[in-house]
Amino acid sequence: MKRIPKGEGQTGIAPKTKSIRAAFEKGMNVLFFLCGAVAVLFVLFISVYLIVSGIPAIREIGLADFLFGQVWKSTAKEPQFGILPFILTSVYGTAGAIVVGVPIGFLTAVYLSKAASPKIAAVIRTAVELLSGIPSVVYGLIGMTILVPAIRTAFGLSSGATLLAAIVVLAIMVLPYIISVSETALCAVPKEYEEGSLALGATEMETYFRVSVPAASSGIAAAVVLGVGRAIGEAMAVMMVAGNVANMPSLLESVRFLTTAVASEMSYSAGLQRQALFSIALVLFLFIMMINAVLAILLKKGKKS
Amino acid sequence: MEHKSLRRTVYDRTMRILIRVCAALTCLLLAFLIGYIFVNGIPNITWQLLSTEPSFRSDTIGILPNLVNTLVLILGTLLIVLPLGAGAAIYLTEYAQNRRVVAAIEFAAETLSGIPSILFGLVGMLFFTELLGWGGSIRAGIMTMVIMVLPTIIRTTQESLKSVPQSYREASLGLGSGKWHMIRTAVLPSSVDGIVTGYILAIGRILGESAALLFTAGSASILSSNLLQTINSSGGTLSVALYMYVSERGELEVGFAIAAILMFLALLLNLTAKVAGKKLKR
Amino acid sequence: MQAGTIISAQDLDLYYGENQALKKITMDIPERQVTALIGPSGCGKSTFLKTLNRMNDLVPNVRIEGTITYRGQDIYMPKLDVTWLRRHVGMVFQKPNPFPMSIYDNIAYGPRTHGIRNKRQLDEIVERSLRGAAIWDEVSDRLKKPALSLSGGQQQRICIARALAVEPDVLLMDEATSALDPISTSKIEDLIAELKKQYTIVIVTHNMQQAVRISDRCAFFLLGQLVEFGETTQLFSTPKDKRTEEYITGRFG
Repeated sequence: MKRIPKGEGQTGIAPKTKSIRAAFEKGMNVLFFLCGAVAVLFVLFISVYLIVSGIPAIREIGLADFLFGQVWKSTAKEPQFGILPFILTSVYGTAGAIVVGVPIGFLTAVYLSKAASPKIAAVIRTAVELLSGIPSVVYGLIGMTILVPAIRTAFGLSSGATLLAAIVVLAIMVLPYIISVSETALCAVPKEYEEGSLALGATEMETYFRVSVPAASSGIAAAVVLGVGRAIGEAMAVMMVAGNVANMPSLLESVRFLTTAVASEMSYSAGLQRQALFSIALVLFLFIMMINAVLAILLKKGKKS
Repeated sequence: MEHKSLRRTVYDRTMRILIRVCAALTCLLLAFLIGYIFVNGIPNITWQLLSTEPSFRSDTIGILPNLVNTLVLILGTLLIVLPLGAGAAIYLTEYAQNRRVVAAIEFAAETLSGIPSILFGLVGMLFFTELLGWGGSIRAGIMTMVIMVLPTIIRTTQESLKSVPQSYREASLGLGSGKWHMIRTAVLPSSVDGIVTGYILAIGRILGESAALLFTAGSASILSSNLLQTINSSGGTLSVALYMYVSERGELEVGFAIAAILMFLALLLNLTAKVAGKKLKR
Repeated sequence: MQAGTIISAQDLDLYYGENQALKKITMDIPERQVTALIGPSGCGKSTFLKTLNRMNDLVPNVRIEGTITYRGQDIYMPKLDVTWLRRHVGMVFQKPNPFPMSIYDNIAYGPRTHGIRNKRQLDEIVERSLRGAAIWDEVSDRLKKPALSLSGGQQQRICIARALAVEPDVLLMDEATSALDPISTSKIEDLIAELKKQYTIVIVTHNMQQAVRISDRCAFFLLGQLVEFGETTQLFSTPKDKRTEEYITGRFG
């Protein structure tokens, strides 16, 4: 019998002759390809948009004056558009968050992947997931109501909304990413390496830190880079705790990041000021693309070894 | 019998303690954050807050419009990104032959997932609200969110599709089904858990997003009379409303109340994702 | 305990959870000889080997009764420092497991761990250990290269050199040649013959010809029990136990 069985799949649009069927399959192929192509288009679209809208102001202000100018006075009569304060604030803020967050995250990951019993590990893993699920505005709110007043009284400042507050908030925000990516890398270290080290009379801690950690180093580096990307791109939480003044960065001063520079003036800006904000976004975008490239290299390296 | 040197003993003890302290710190931090938000937020959650619009005349604040906006925004985004993301993932795992094309799409998805949300907000604003003339509107917010969560959806769907054993595919094709029929009947059903988990993650991201929505969907807190009007007009989600009430108006109590609601929803989503991952697998 | 015994097991029982993997093992391992442990897979020979330097501690739910002494020292007494034990009773694994570091760092890992920092001293140890493992000539010009770039047989000799670098007393080898090709295997067998002048060697092997070639004494394990233990030549020519005879004549296993 050459009848095609009347199965579930033969109802509806599924065709019954060979040529129509082939055309149908071809059509599905094209359809799915278009879905995939959309992702590529989005990236191209965003890149092109940021570049095109970011270049005019840089042209008008001059690249050196824009990048290295120390004064940002966008609404003054003779406006100045130097974004060095924002660049340095973003760099220092991110570096600070990494310096605080990485050791804690990394050591937690070592405990989680090597020393914790399965039950405790499950608890910590859930905690890490939940931490990463907390919205950034909630972090901002907590920073505003706990950290900022605490810094004000601790250092006797008129306002506690400072780079320091932003660093602490960012450190907490990058923690879950650092932990989960390093943990994955540490778990992938073959058990044989650790056995080899233990059999030589090394203690467990010596084994973890001198064999497992070096073996997972590219994965751990990727965790750090991912953390850098998250910290440098965070806007709202930082906006709520950093005071948002365009000072050159200093730990106990109110500062403005690249992200918050874009966000804080966007709603009322016009003309060159507005275009300068697009240029800041372009600078931020370039930073992120660089970080992405490093991340991709590290992850590839980790997969190989 | 000699013991190991003092230096080694100290190193071992110190590291043992240090990693435990750091792990404990992480957990305590979470416990503290949750506790702090709930203690400060729950007392401020009132029926009036949940069920009304803000009113200047009676000087009351209500977050009903924000709840509605959040819901509409999430549903709208999922409606579009669901077929798009699943389609892209299906293409990557089932159809794509050309390695270069796969690499390009995966690279694009990775790049998208690394872009800060403020940049999505900016481009969304320039393109949807200005160039297309949609104005600050939920639909501009929806489109921006679609771009933003697409990589999450692609990645999680792709992972769950990859985890389907090759033998299922061979069995189905061996019975004479076409490729799409094979995917629909053999591949998708056995990867549904991962796909659902991906959507839950995406909901979490939209729920917590503020920077990208502030300049696209706006921050209005007004109830519209119908769905179409809601989508076409400006509306702030819960996260955006939290920011506005706290930063612009200094209403900390309302901020804590919204934060408690957001935290509760985040916990709920996490739990749902876990249960869904386990249940649907069976 | 006989004279010249270095490790002695008395009534050793070992349980993995509910399963008893070793039953009342009593055995004296002689110093500076090669002792081979043979038997069908799952007979407990590897498990027994791992109890000798407490690598079984890594397995969850493992329980041990009875005693093992190393040079008269009870190695399962609660206050014992396992790092001390493992330094003196080294181990080479079935699958070569050099660390993902340079050859030099692999060999220097043990001495460094035990507190040697002096560069000249380390250089000396590395050379001596690599010569001891008969691989110096092959790698002396590329000590900074990653150890994982070597062939399997070379990697295994690196692992032996790494074990020698901490100057152990006893060397445990868990099927150390089973993952290697015949040429590498014979190189390592030659090496073992050389090493027994200085070290006590206990080797687990599933290859009976190998046991005959390299061991002085041989122990036959079956279902967690030590069936027979004696001079290798005697055990293979005139086994006392019927089960041993059946095994070595190839009736099972």
